[in-house]
Amino acid sequence: MSESPIAVEARNAVKAFGQGATAVKALDDVSVKIKKGEFFTLLGPSGCGKTTLLRLIAGFETPTSGQILLDGADITQLPPNKRPVNTVFQSYALFPHLTVAQNIAFGLEMQGRPKAEIKKTVARMLALVKLEPMADRKTSQLSGGQQQRVALARALAPAPKVLLLDEPLSALDLKLRKEMQIELKRLQMETGITFVFVTHDQEEALTMSDRIAVMSAGHIQQVGAPREIYTRPANRFVASFIGETNFLTGKSDGEAVQLDIGSKIAIKAPPGPVSLAIRPEQVRVVAANDPGALPATVGATVYFGTDTHLHLVMKDGSTLVARMQSPASGSGDLAKGTNVGVTFPDSALQLLGD
Amino acid sequence: MANPSFEVARLPGFRFIAMAVFVVLYLPIITLVVYSFNAGQSVALWEGFSLTWYHSAWQNEAVKGATFRSLIIAASASGIATTVATMAALGTTRRKAFKGQTFIYVMINQPLMVPEIVTAVALLIFFASIKVATGYNGLIYLIIAHAAFCIPFAYLPIRARLEGMDLTLETAAADLYASHWLTFRRVTLPLMLPGIIAGAMLAFVISLDDVVITEFVKSGGQDTLPTYMLGQMRRAVTPEVNAISSVLLALTVVMLTAFFLLTRKKD
Ligand SMILES: Nc1ncnc2c1ncn2[C@@H]1O[C@H](COP(=O)(O)OP(=O)(O)O)[C@@H](O)[C@H]1O
Ligand SMILES: [Mg+2]
Repeated sequence: MSESPIAVEARNAVKAFGQGATAVKALDDVSVKIKKGEFFTLLGPSGCGKTTLLRLIAGFETPTSGQILLDGADITQLPPNKRPVNTVFQSYALFPHLTVAQNIAFGLEMQGRPKAEIKKTVARMLALVKLEPMADRKTSQLSGGQQQRVALARALAPAPKVLLLDEPLSALDLKLRKEMQIELKRLQMETGITFVFVTHDQEEALTMSDRIAVMSAGHIQQVGAPREIYTRPANRFVASFIGETNFLTGKSDGEAVQLDIGSKIAIKAPPGPVSLAIRPEQVRVVAANDPGALPATVGATVYFGTDTHLHLVMKDGSTLVARMQSPASGSGDLAKGTNVGVTFPDSALQLLGD
Repeated sequence: MANPSFEVARLPGFRFIAMAVFVVLYLPIITLVVYSFNAGQSVALWEGFSLTWYHSAWQNEAVKGATFRSLIIAASASGIATTVATMAALGTTRRKAFKGQTFIYVMINQPLMVPEIVTAVALLIFFASIKVATGYNGLIYLIIAHAAFCIPFAYLPIRARLEGMDLTLETAAADLYASHWLTFRRVTLPLMLPGIIAGAMLAFVISLDDVVITEFVKSGGQDTLPTYMLGQMRRAVTPEVNAISSVLLALTVVMLTAFFLLTRKKD
């Protein structure tokens, strides 16, 4: 299978709030293709435009310019109630005057489905989210995690082409959040529905997604599989937002790059100053006299339980963080000021764009 | 726990003032209710328990007519006022702050601020010319007048209810394929219903109790319960008035209790 079909597409979507000089561009020329059946995540810091993009897809906002396509058809001007897309709201937005079952039935009733079918679907949904005993409760009588599952069931019941989830787990405590991450993934697999999931939590994005779009300031910075985003960040923003990273500077002569910390490595880059990234777990600490190692001194050690972070001062004065597994014996750290050597595989270095 | 905040209840004389206020507020009402059961003619001299005055009020054709008119007017006026107030509340709450918002609020709540006697005189003159021109003298004038001053009483609880409502719920309804109308009927209206009922009850009670405007606007033979009672007071005061008042009081207490139950914040 080379090209999977596209479920949702944003084409040069711009969304500006306000007029004239005070206008804020929440989205600035965003283009993205989300494939059918995938778990797609919009990841970025608060205020970067994730919710706005979701609202454009749901139809709660119309773009200032650009288009939204669903299954290849332009739905930019279609009102939300005509779009086969459902949303799980951050606040859940469950109807307080209806029971759990009535909440789940709401979308189906509005679509005018036959009574018998509604009843069957509601029962199926209640089973899917394991809430059968709660069917006749008011939603205010449920715990946060249960309300979350009602919101999911309600949005999944009409079998939408795309399910939009706006930071659905952010209100839950850590343990419940971990459970719901697994639950969500299971629901997505079982239903085969395209999920567009919004989060500002990079770990959540990495563990759950088929693909991630990293956003910042109204732009999509990079789209890719979690592994790709983590190991091959396209630019400084992505590298620093996802996981921890060391930034290195150097000079390229067109053939190789002379790093300011010492070594010369064979990476092709346009001549001039370049910046590169390397993950702390790729940095290896060896004996100072190891052949080929770069000289460094230990600046500080920070103990994290399973890992220990070594802050290494390089010869140009910059600091490189190395992550090492803490020794099982619980033996002590390298003393501050110890001279060590640093090596890393050339392939672990990632050249960054702007 | 150190509590440096100011507490009125700790002030010297608080108990005394509180008791005095309670006495002034409730003793007259209690007296009124007690004497409605008086066997004698007096509203000040106790001559034993009886239900005579309730019975006599019940038999009194004038009281029956006034009660009937009061209920018709209160029901129609509160119905009209609640409908208008609901629309006004929908129009003023579901949007960002807009220019002239305060002005609109003042307009809607105008009857709370303009002295009632002024409104009464204005309505008297205005309706008098219409009555002369059309020759029509029905209850409709009273209903319109009552509806007008009942609007703010219906508006305030409805607005309070709407302001506490999560707008995301309507977005969610639209997301779940509900049209504008269905969103209103299936989500907005049920959620604002307690506010509407509360507003209607308050408007009903306010209309039922009105004297000043009614006295000015009514045509001959259109006494409501309060204006009938006022007329009676000018002649001989009998415990019949107490009996009518007590029934009105009971009705009002029931409706206001329902009002507070409906507007109470549930958590
Ligand atoms: N209705 C609105 N009116 C004005 N500005 C808005 C509105 N909605 C969002 N914004 C602005 O657009 C930007 C992106 O917001 P949002 O999409 O909610 O970000 P995110 O969901 O990534 O936190 C923010 O700067 C926000 O202040
Ligand atoms: Mg958001």
